[in-house]
Amino acid sequence: MRKYGNWGYVFILPWLIGFLLFTAGPMLASLYLSFCKYDLHTLTWVGARNYEVLLRQDPLFWKSLTNTALYVLFSVPLGLTGSLAIALLLNQKVKGLAFFRTAFYLPSLVPAVASALVWQWIFHPDAGLLNYGLSMLGVKGPQWLQDPKTALPSLILMSLWGIGGSRMVIFLAGLQGISDELYEAASLDGAKGWAAFRHITLPMLSPTQFFNLVLGIIGSFQVFTSAYVMTNGGPNNATLMYVLYLYNNAFRYFKLGKASAMAWILFVILLIFTLVQFRSASKWVYYEGGEKD
Amino acid sequence: MAAARSPRTALRLQQAAAFAVLCAGAALFSVPFLWTVSTALKTNQQVFAVPPEWIPRPAEWANFQRAWTELPFPTFVGNTITITFLATIGQVVSASLVADGFARVRFPGRDALFYLRLSTMMLPAQVTMIPVFLIWRELRLIDTFAPLTVPSYFGGGAFTIFLLRQFFLTIPRDLDEAALLDGESPLGIWWRVLLPLSRPALVTVVLFSFLGHWDDFMGPLIYLNAMERYTVSIGLRMFQDMFGTQLELLMAASLIHIVPTVVLFFIAQKQFIRGIAMTGLKG
Repeated sequence: MRKYGNWGYVFILPWLIGFLLFTAGPMLASLYLSFCKYDLHTLTWVGARNYEVLLRQDPLFWKSLTNTALYVLFSVPLGLTGSLAIALLLNQKVKGLAFFRTAFYLPSLVPAVASALVWQWIFHPDAGLLNYGLSMLGVKGPQWLQDPKTALPSLILMSLWGIGGSRMVIFLAGLQGISDELYEAASLDGAKGWAAFRHITLPMLSPTQFFNLVLGIIGSFQVFTSAYVMTNGGPNNATLMYVLYLYNNAFRYFKLGKASAMAWILFVILLIFTLVQFRSASKWVYYEGGEKD
Repeated sequence: MAAARSPRTALRLQQAAAFAVLCAGAALFSVPFLWTVSTALKTNQQVFAVPPEWIPRPAEWANFQRAWTELPFPTFVGNTITITFLATIGQVVSASLVADGFARVRFPGRDALFYLRLSTMMLPAQVTMIPVFLIWRELRLIDTFAPLTVPSYFGGGAFTIFLLRQFFLTIPRDLDEAALLDGESPLGIWWRVLLPLSRPALVTVVLFSFLGHWDDFMGPLIYLNAMERYTVSIGLRMFQDMFGTQLELLMAASLIHIVPTVVLFFIAQKQFIRGIAMTGLKG
């Protein structure tokens, strides 16, 4: 390790300045703004009024929060399970692995706007691919994005196209890091198949699982582009996502104080989620050698 | 019962089953791509035909030309590349400096600061979005590339710093000592020892930077107003407003947005996989 006086600070200086300028400062400013009424022209201190209005009088706030919670509740567990399943399959010794890996990975590279447009067309009730596929199975498909009942599930379904992306690669790297000796030892003790998966693979993967879960929840809570491009929150606010509503408040209605209050509520929600996960981690996340970091 | 079969047959069966599931899955995941390409090559009448014709005859290659020119996509592509280029330089230079500090220099408070850096990964961007917007507005730099590029020069993002730090940790420390004895300054070591050895990691950073900027939607949506400064993602969104019913054009335009990322993946597969694996595993 090099030790030369204060050079360390010089090296991290760009980040320190950036942290103050673009993170810490703006955080305080947005906290302050959240107690103000601000429309880009006049700034008035209103105390906790924004929070009160949001929590007590704004049905759209609750609608957007519920929509987003449902989205997270389904897309994260389904996505994680799917990613793990693909990683397990790609960890088998079969022919054509490179091809399969590419086929599963590519969708995650599709830019969000393009993906939204492609899926909007796939979900087209009359001529879309999905209902055509369903009709071949003899099922009459729903209206997907155009029906308030199926619009949110459509967005969840679409999000699953990307499960072969980085989360899957992280799982795969985690799987490949488990030493064969563990499985051999377990096999001598009679643990094979499901038992080996349950008692070796899952515990050994739990740090990876944890990492993917924490970042997955944070990411899903901020879903924006698909809702903005495909439905713009509709029909009947069925896909009004939290960040979309926040964006509308900030940059459409120019209620910057209210939008800041929404940002802080989101921050607190995510903080609680993350802390609970870190707390519970000691119960289910296994670190080799017993050390935690 | 498994005991009735030899372990080898069981393994073969397992592999055959995995292969079958992989085939089905790969087909399922590829269909949206085929559907997009197929639509992009149709006439407007063919698009809504049920059942759909997968291979349209004749193929309307002119759709791509129209999608490319109806809105100034060459300008959008140029803008996106300019933004990516400016931001990536900042990201590589500043993130590698910061990562060097965190990985290879010991100073009081280093670990606390590093964890602070990591914890900002958890901070939702919306918390800082509005004040940062107000700063750029105050500086009269809305509708310029500055808000989309300048922040990259201040650390380059948690992901980039983390990735580079992980890579720097794998480079033997003796090299630093040797260079120090040769009279190199700490910055000299960073520039002449560390960076040349980190080329694979830097390539990964450049790749992800490109993808991030190519994909970015909310940033340009907030900061860019005039069409001549649009990026591809915002341009495509505008294209949707104007040609939303002409799905063959919309899909052709979407492909303009998709294809570069796919091409990039085929050129640099290894860097992708390695970069993700390096940041996803515990350091």
